[in-house]
Amino acid sequence: MMTNPTGRLTQGQFSFLPDLTDAEITLQIVYGLKRNFAWSIEYTDDPHPRNTYWEMYGNPMFDLRDPAGVLHELNACRATFPHHYVRLQAFDSTRGVESIAMSFIVNRPKTEPGFQLERQEAQGRNIRYSVSGYAAAAPEGERYHG
Amino acid sequence: MAEPAAPRPNSTLYSIPGASVASTAPAAAPPDPVAAARSVAEVLALSQVDAVFADLDRDLVGLAPVKQRIRDIAALLVVDKLRLNAGLSAHTPSLHMSFTGNPGTGKTTVALRMAQVLHRLGYVRTGQLVAATRDDLVGQYIGHTAPKTREVLKRAMGGVLFIDEAYYLYRPENERDYGQEAIEILLQVMENQRDDLVVILAGYAQRMRTFFESNPGMRSRIAHHLDFPDYSSGELLLIADRMLDSMNYQFSPGAREAFAEYLARRRSQPHFANARSVRNALDRIRLRQASRLFSQAERVLSRTDLTTLEPQDIRASRVFDGGVA
Repeated sequence: MMTNPTGRLTQGQFSFLPDLTDAEITLQIVYGLKRNFAWSIEYTDDPHPRNTYWEMYGNPMFDLRDPAGVLHELNACRATFPHHYVRLQAFDSTRGVESIAMSFIVNRPKTEPGFQLERQEAQGRNIRYSVSGYAAAAPEGERYHG
Repeated sequence: MAEPAAPRPNSTLYSIPGASVASTAPAAAPPDPVAAARSVAEVLALSQVDAVFADLDRDLVGLAPVKQRIRDIAALLVVDKLRLNAGLSAHTPSLHMSFTGNPGTGKTTVALRMAQVLHRLGYVRTGQLVAATRDDLVGQYIGHTAPKTREVLKRAMGGVLFIDEAYYLYRPENERDYGQEAIEILLQVMENQRDDLVVILAGYAQRMRTFFESNPGMRSRIAHHLDFPDYSSGELLLIADRMLDSMNYQFSPGAREAFAEYLARRRSQPHFANARSVRNALDRIRLRQASRLFSQAERVLSRTDLTTLEPQDIRASRVFDGGVA
């Protein structure tokens, strides 16, 4: 049975939806700015579900009040890493929260081969499972050629 | 702000075979009330620009040519709005400006007001004014300048970026100066993101002229050159009155004449900085008033005593002995 027929990476918000347009991304950014979140941009070409921390693109954008600045930075990141996964994250600095409040993918490679479930037979016919991306076998930077 | 969305590349990916393709219309932008306006009065009423103009006239003394120019710009923006509503093409006008004038002629104050006017008319999304000087834009080592400048530009987006003493960005005597790099990034953003950012350069007239001569690209990208004239003596007195009023002070009958005389003498001295000199003079006069009252330890001071500046407070200034203030 195919559990993910589109073969697309489903991490973060909106990941089962079609790609957001820039206008829709802007609306999300505005929402975050209204709630005083600090936006930041991260990219990776190793989207393993356990790879929590992606590479940061520039510093988190504190004290921005307008979405144009974030979008400008995002487009710069897309131009630099066109075949990487790029996500936008909103950090909520409210005391007691102090964590990421929003996170969604805004750029993905053209082809996403997906992940393989490996089964390893262990003692007493136990099964150990592990997940590995089909693209992860290639060295960093050569994983998604577009 | 919201451009018409391009057709989604993968909209068929999500359709169930046999079912009609799911509608993927992007979220609609909130309706703009100004979009329905058909007359100048409607736009003015909806954008409340009139209130800003009234403030401008009331709060700023003199500066007639500057006010006129701001009105002209506002008129163009209003008419452009109406053209847009009528379906005619309206190019976003280039709104970058340069303010030149002697010290203390109100460049920063007007820039703040400009941000409000543009915000009311909907040409910048936030009414914020981000002030920057050379220190905020230019880095200290190779590779430091570009991120620094971009940081400031990002922060200012959606509003007005006010660069005070802009000529310090360009140091012709040092050809390896990083200021040139900041100017280039600035020019690029001024050209490509006119919708997101309005840049106002300010500085003293003569040095700004040299700056523009050595950076012709900068000059040609700035549509509005506003020259701030020096204040007349009458206007400076009016400014002094308003400053005192806001601080709950007043001149006694003889003091106003004394201050007028003070201004006449101070004007002819070097480093006269218009409204700023007036502010400084008033601060020193308040000091002298305070020590005059302080020396009368036993006297019960009435409200009038506390608010009134006497002629002797003013005449004690060094300017009257032929010294420098």
